[in-house]
Amino acid sequence: MHNIRSHADEQAESNTKGDEMSLYEELGGAAAFDTAVEIFYRKMLSDDRVARFFSDVDMDRQMAKQKAFLTMVCGGPNHYTGRDMRTAHAKLLQHGLNDSHVDVVIEHLGSTLRELGAKDEQIAQVAALANSVRDAVLSRDKPAEQV
Amino acid sequence: MARLTLGDHVVDAQPGETVLTALLRAGATVPSSCRAGACQSCLLRATAGVPNPIGQQGLKDSLRERGYFLSCITPADCDLGLSTTDSDGLQVRAELRESVLLSDSVLRLRLVPERDLPYRAGQFINIQRDDGLTRSYSLASVPSQDSFLELHVRLYPHGRMSGWLRTLSPGDVLSLRGPAGECFYVAGRPEQPLLLIGSGTGLAPLWGILRDALGQGHKGPIVLLHASRIAQGLYYQDELHALAQAQPQVRYQAFALEPSAQQPPTVQVASLTDVLLQQYPKLAGFRVFLCGDPQLVQTLRRLVFLAGASRRDILADAFLPASA
Repeated sequence: MHNIRSHADEQAESNTKGDEMSLYEELGGAAAFDTAVEIFYRKMLSDDRVARFFSDVDMDRQMAKQKAFLTMVCGGPNHYTGRDMRTAHAKLLQHGLNDSHVDVVIEHLGSTLRELGAKDEQIAQVAALANSVRDAVLSRDKPAEQV
Repeated sequence: MARLTLGDHVVDAQPGETVLTALLRAGATVPSSCRAGACQSCLLRATAGVPNPIGQQGLKDSLRERGYFLSCITPADCDLGLSTTDSDGLQVRAELRESVLLSDSVLRLRLVPERDLPYRAGQFINIQRDDGLTRSYSLASVPSQDSFLELHVRLYPHGRMSGWLRTLSPGDVLSLRGPAGECFYVAGRPEQPLLLIGSGTGLAPLWGILRDALGQGHKGPIVLLHASRIAQGLYYQDELHALAQAQPQVRYQAFALEPSAQQPPTVQVASLTDVLLQQYPKLAGFRVFLCGDPQLVQTLRRLVFLAGASRRDILADAFLPASA
């Protein structure tokens, strides 16, 4: 079972060790991710497969969380944990959130990053990192293993 | 050394600490979550001193201008007086100068505070009656243009506050608290197109914001859309048509949801959501102000965002109904 914090930490470590920039930095850091989250959130709200999950939420708060998520999966500074992902989505499970919706998120994540100039292999890496929180989002992980 | 003050907590920050970590070390209660400058849980307001600008990246201009910053990513590198909420708003007494019906259901009050009450056009104040009954009202006045505070009070059939306000006469004194709210015009992008949308007394803040923007030299087009259930619920139509005549950059459109027996030709029967979808489908680059009915504001907020307006450029003031 994956803990996303360790993933993020590993990535952050490799970033500081090597000369390689994280995708987060490469795409322009915090300012670029303000734009990224808008593109991503617009895609989600316009997609009938997932739009209903956003009907009651405070947009500003939701986008702040999505920015943290995008930042995390692109290797930027973050403190998100599996527990955050689990509690944030627990209510949505009652409304039918399942693997197909996580797939939609990963699809829009990829097309958002492509619009911002990410390469296919970078998008694949991000998708893998996003996939690693799938079990936490769908509450299939074991809480005891989480930090 | 940087000294931080939040309520009873005074802390001298250590090198490398953020404002949040220093305050938490001192035992202060500050909400926080992501600790990465994203979730905005840790938003604080500087009431004295200027926080490092790094903590204001990505915040709405109206928040920045009032000193808000993200404490989790802001280095504690200078002295700051801090506040967690708007509750430190001033309390001031104000004398009623004028009380006029603008329509069957809207009462206009003009008040003069006993001492200076700094505010921004579009913010709101709370009126507090002696027995504690409190209601929020948006300010329709502009500090640099009006010598009074103007409020538009929606009259409810059994409204406790509105019913009481209606009985007041010039010379009576009211207790106010505030101002508060982030729905106001910030100068700096004078060419940007503005879209102001309101229902009912949601016109009050928009009337202030519109005149404030013009007064501050806004150059871009300004569109004001105002709706009421029926045409007779609209008000300030003459003033707004006159303003649009005098200022070519201003466009004013009035709407009613339902037709009425004496439908004025200047009022279209349409819902604001339809008008938005049909007439303003592309809003990238716009700054949008939304005021009035909370459900309408929430719907419009989503629509204008999907039409391309940036989150930071959508300013909303939803009028929550008071509990009976």
